[in-house]
Amino acid sequence: MMDRPARRRIARLLPLPAALLLSGCQWAVLDPKGPVGLQERSIILTATVLMLIVVVPVIALILGFAWRYRASNEKAEYRPDWSHSGRIEAVVWLIPCTIIAALGVITWRSSHSLDPYRPLTSRVKPIRIDAVALDWKWLFIYPDQQVATVNEVAFPANVPVEFHITSATVMNAFFIPQLGSQIYAMAGMQTQLHLLASEPGTYQGLSSNYSGDGFSGMTFEAIAEPSRQGFDAWLAKVRASRQTLGARDYMRLARPSESHPVTYYSQVQADLFADIVAGRLQEPTGRLVAHTAAHRQVDGPTAAMGGMSGMSGMPVTRSN
Amino acid sequence: MLGKLTLAAIPYQNPIVMGAVVFMALAVIAVFGGITLFGKWRYLWTEWLTSVDHKKIGAMYLILAGVMLLRGFADAVMMRAQQALAYGGHPGYLPPEHFDQVFSAHGTIMIFFMAMPFMIGLMNCVVPLQIGARDVAFPFLNSLSLWLTVAGAMLVNLSLAVGNFARTGWLAYPPLSELHFSPGVGVDYYIWALQISGIGTTLSGVNFIATILKMRAPGMTLMRMPVFTWTALCTNILIVAAFPVLTVSLALLTLDRYLGMHFFTNGLGGDPMMYINLIWIWGHPEVYILVLPAFGIFSEIIATFSGKRLFGYTSMVFATMAIALLSFLVWLHHFFTMGSGADVNAFFGITTMVIAVPTGAKIFNWLFTMYRGRVRFDSPVLWTIGFMVTFVIGGMSGVLLAVPPADFVLHNSLFLVAHFHNVIIGGVVFGAMAGLTYWFPKVFGFRLDERLGKAAFWCWLVGFYVAFMPLYVLGLMGATRRMDHYDNPAWQPLFVVAAIGAGIIFCGIVLQLAQVVVSLAQRERARDLTGDPWGGRTLEWATSSPPPAYNFARIPVVRDRDAFWDMKQRGVEMKANVYRPIHMPRNTGTGFVMAVFLGLAAFAMIWHIWWLAIGGAAAATVALIRHAFDDDRDFYVEAEEVRRTETLRGRAQLRSV
Repeated sequence: MMDRPARRRIARLLPLPAALLLSGCQWAVLDPKGPVGLQERSIILTATVLMLIVVVPVIALILGFAWRYRASNEKAEYRPDWSHSGRIEAVVWLIPCTIIAALGVITWRSSHSLDPYRPLTSRVKPIRIDAVALDWKWLFIYPDQQVATVNEVAFPANVPVEFHITSATVMNAFFIPQLGSQIYAMAGMQTQLHLLASEPGTYQGLSSNYSGDGFSGMTFEAIAEPSRQGFDAWLAKVRASRQTLGARDYMRLARPSESHPVTYYSQVQADLFADIVAGRLQEPTGRLVAHTAAHRQVDGPTAAMGGMSGMSGMPVTRSN
Repeated sequence: MLGKLTLAAIPYQNPIVMGAVVFMALAVIAVFGGITLFGKWRYLWTEWLTSVDHKKIGAMYLILAGVMLLRGFADAVMMRAQQALAYGGHPGYLPPEHFDQVFSAHGTIMIFFMAMPFMIGLMNCVVPLQIGARDVAFPFLNSLSLWLTVAGAMLVNLSLAVGNFARTGWLAYPPLSELHFSPGVGVDYYIWALQISGIGTTLSGVNFIATILKMRAPGMTLMRMPVFTWTALCTNILIVAAFPVLTVSLALLTLDRYLGMHFFTNGLGGDPMMYINLIWIWGHPEVYILVLPAFGIFSEIIATFSGKRLFGYTSMVFATMAIALLSFLVWLHHFFTMGSGADVNAFFGITTMVIAVPTGAKIFNWLFTMYRGRVRFDSPVLWTIGFMVTFVIGGMSGVLLAVPPADFVLHNSLFLVAHFHNVIIGGVVFGAMAGLTYWFPKVFGFRLDERLGKAAFWCWLVGFYVAFMPLYVLGLMGATRRMDHYDNPAWQPLFVVAAIGAGIIFCGIVLQLAQVVVSLAQRERARDLTGDPWGGRTLEWATSSPPPAYNFARIPVVRDRDAFWDMKQRGVEMKANVYRPIHMPRNTGTGFVMAVFLGLAAFAMIWHIWWLAIGGAAAATVALIRHAFDDDRDFYVEAEEVRRTETLRGRAQLRSV
């Protein structure tokens, strides 16, 4: 048994490696700036420590037994027919069972408390933002403010954000690592994600699910403004844009493009998001044509095949 | 006439691809030239291509796995190099459409054409010997399985030279893999290569279940089976249960792509989520299909080299069965982030964690097998201990990913990539290498060079940690997988370290190639005349190395779990006084011929050459029907010949004492 002060000393040492890890701002997942990410980090750390309780002794035992019972060590006991012990078996099954039971409880509780669909408890009314994954950029629509942006999203810090997410193309995943959970963006469906930034700042966002050639450039900036005023100023900047987003503009935007510049739309057609989810705004040719055109120089044979493929008469290109 | 196939399908303007194609062509020419030069075509045909001998089929599976390991590893090196370079303004040396093919091919090749043939090859070499059988239950089917797998692998290789490969990742998620988003032949290569080899794998599964259940030596009850045979049984049950799901998912995707149907398209009632569920209902058991035999290999090795019975045999068997069963209840953990709801996520998270219980028990059982043993550190044991340490770490990151909220920030990241390489390299690859070193003398009759083998092990072990620990860190830093370039300056040093790790693994592979060459050159000195080079415990060591075609002159009678150990303890001789003629299956080229025709048909389907597709399928069917009416399928090895073989072996054994 350890005496109390010793235990306290160890308890004080425990966070040290964690602190070392957290120094510097590059540790996106381990350096969260919102309650969702914070809870997720604490789950990661708790689960890791719980498992290390077993894993470290096991690794020590593996190496220890291998060394102690090496063939050249004649002093060690040798019992070639010993192969069963009820007591050891019981312990061997019980240890993982206990750890997993503890983790199971954590899993059940946290799956519910951190369900991305669950609104965050806050006295402030959430901001609604609709996010659309396009080839290969993110379109953000503010349904209440009637503006839209590409590859940049902003919201005030300490205000819950309610994202509704869909895709107008293949599957993507919407992810701002420093704020917490990601969720898939899928065509014809909408997923939800509730996040909150508790510190103002600019956070990197990305698509974390591979979606084709332009995937790596599908990043955006998520700006948590320090105050309502800051957010309003940002909105004013968006509203000052000369561009607006109607169905026709959207179709043009939806064509494949890589590393799309940040774009503001001072106005957005009502129900655009609902139309996208319902699949009412599909360009009939889709990626087939635009894609091959974009890559002709490096993608000769593919492009040639792309033009020819699809059996004529089949509605494949309109199927999307 | 040739469908979509034109000269433009050859990527002659891409120097990297053309370099690989030229290299491949040179290798093929060298092999063909060598065979012609030494006049070995007839030998190759009669002794190998038409062989139904499980040991030769196993050896050919192993060769396929080795070749495809080189191909898949070349892809890995290209990826590591690209990601070490492509930071900030530097685009790296691979354009996205090439990089995307590289990672798709890497995953597909490593799982389907490296790991699977490796494990099925080892099962072929060992299982019939371990249960005291003369061959598998359906020898012709076994040959067909092999050649279908080879045909699939050849299609993947061909995609390099003619056309291109999928750019969809190794599981070809729709809608990206649908015609609308992937109009080229890449996905079609993927589909048909997997379909053909998948059917081969399913047939293997049927074959081994029948073999293990029906052909065990007298006295070998189920609970006396060697643990490797047990894991092989569970694996093959998983194959038979899971592979049809893969076949159907791919078939539905094929209907979408070829006939304009809408199973998984974005619109018109299609549901891509359905494919993702289906593919993982196959895909998760697939992980255990690979790792269970590895568990069996480690069990055999740790007992043999500890000079001791395996600790907790019964709990080992139950743990294996439990893992096999549970593997069908966890598939959804591959997409917690799809928004299935808290109850569903929590259920699948917990079932996933529960798998850690039997797996943990296994680790403890191996541990206590060493306890009070006499552990000899030959290279199979090094792989085993390397596995135990590495796999525990991989298991830990796996359980972490099974907690849905942890997965919400780690999914799709390089943390995930590090995790599954941790368990697949640390578990499956180390297991395959351990098994190869352990059983190599049995199959080929001489030992592999131990010094080079140990050096290779250390390169693999160190290389693995240097290559994948940075990826764990990168995942925590928010780096996602499959990026062809990135802008975060903090990531690049870690990518460079990972690339160095790949370089160290490369040294390990080179050492292994050297090991094969050196051992082959010095084989006379390393001959195993005893048939039992390691002090083995199971029946495969009771016969000569390599075993005669009929394996055992007299089928052994089993009285103990460690049947051969027990015989050695009791001083029972495997010799017989009276020899009887032995009933054996006759070689047939039907499997090879069918695979050639089906491979052609698949190639034709990929390029829409309809007449050739129909012709190839018809020709394969005719070959099968012809074989069905061929009554001359078996023969007897004369008693006199058995006596002669066994006397020679006895003399060799005496000389070695």
